Amino acid sequence: MAEFKLPPNSIIQSGKTWPVPEGARQIQRFRIYRYNPNGVENPRWDIYQLDTENCGNMVLDALLLIKNEIDPGLTFRRSCREGICGSCAMNIGGTNTLACTRSIDEFGGNEITISPLPHMGVLKDLVPDLTHFYAQHASIKPWIEPKEIPADGREQLQSPEERKRLDGLYECIMCASCSTSCPSYWWNSDKYLGPATLLQGYRWIADSRDGNLKERLDQMDDAFKLYRCHTIMNCTNTCPKGLNPAKAIAEIKKELVRR
Amino acid sequence: MTAPTKPLSPHLSIYRPQLTSVLSILHRTTGVLLAIGTLLVCYWLFAVLSGPETFATAQQLFSSWFGKLILIGWSWAAFYHLSNGIRHLCWDLGLGFELRSVYWSGYSVLVISLLLTLALWSIS
Repeated sequence: MAEFKLPPNSIIQSGKTWPVPEGARQIQRFRIYRYNPNGVENPRWDIYQLDTENCGNMVLDALLLIKNEIDPGLTFRRSCREGICGSCAMNIGGTNTLACTRSIDEFGGNEITISPLPHMGVLKDLVPDLTHFYAQHASIKPWIEPKEIPADGREQLQSPEERKRLDGLYECIMCASCSTSCPSYWWNSDKYLGPATLLQGYRWIADSRDGNLKERLDQMDDAFKLYRCHTIMNCTNTCPKGLNPAKAIAEIKKELVRR
Repeated sequence: MTAPTKPLSPHLSIYRPQLTSVLSILHRTTGVLLAIGTLLVCYWLFAVLSGPETFATAQQLFSSWFGKLILIGWSWAAFYHLSNGIRHLCWDLGLGFELRSVYWSGYSVLVISLLLTLALWSIS
């Protein structure tokens, strides 16, 4: 059920304002969510002030600069720094995106707010617990169940048209930005699969090489797993890869009507 | 070591309202308002049935500025729910999912519902 308020242990208090670095000329403020799992205190907002002349262009550069030069305790996930691993997904300036592919200038203003992906358990600072999210992904069997092994023991062939159906689906990097932007997922993530897992689900439904279509559709045909999608469209609006989870979900719904 | 329960990251309080989510919650809200408004229709019908005095009171109520405000709001809710409902039907057919279409149809629904409300009240 929808719980609009944060539980008592999650209410965010105001935290520390770190000093402006000496000799800074172009100051950009960052308001960043902090939570220490080893303490007893609630999460807090810390304010960091950076000299953007010393900093790379991207939000991830700012986070790295804070970690390297101001506060080594600041914790976040990152890896590829080029939008292909999905590790640095977080809420920046009110929407979910990847810290590595968005420039600081895009958000502008004198303060940029950064918090973990919304409505998730927080392990530390900007690191959400994705265990359940990954378990949901695993539940749709994200692999090909072959129709038949080709007689020559080689690969299963696909026509260019069949391959084309996977465009806009295979590019998903499972960063969880879309799922955690979805109010329906916020209120029902225990049962609703959410846009990322459903887009992945459709990716295997749409694959001409897969022989498991009936089972896949049977699994989707569920009031909660699929039909908690109310076409709010926050998912498509926020996808850092420019994909369209809402359309993929609609395609699953169409497949279910068709059969 | 770790605290007994993980805190929940902020959601509604930090997520930026946007056309997509605002129109969606408006669709739900107008649906609820329409249901409540139906009670007013029932009241009016009841007033029609129970004689001239009650009917006069009802008419007076609905023609007061407050009553009019509610009726105008209710008619807008009906037009919004209707036009956004058609938008939803298109989505159910798999049409209009590109982000540009979503924004275009979203703004259209707002404008159309306001125009229809205006039209209704200028002929009534």
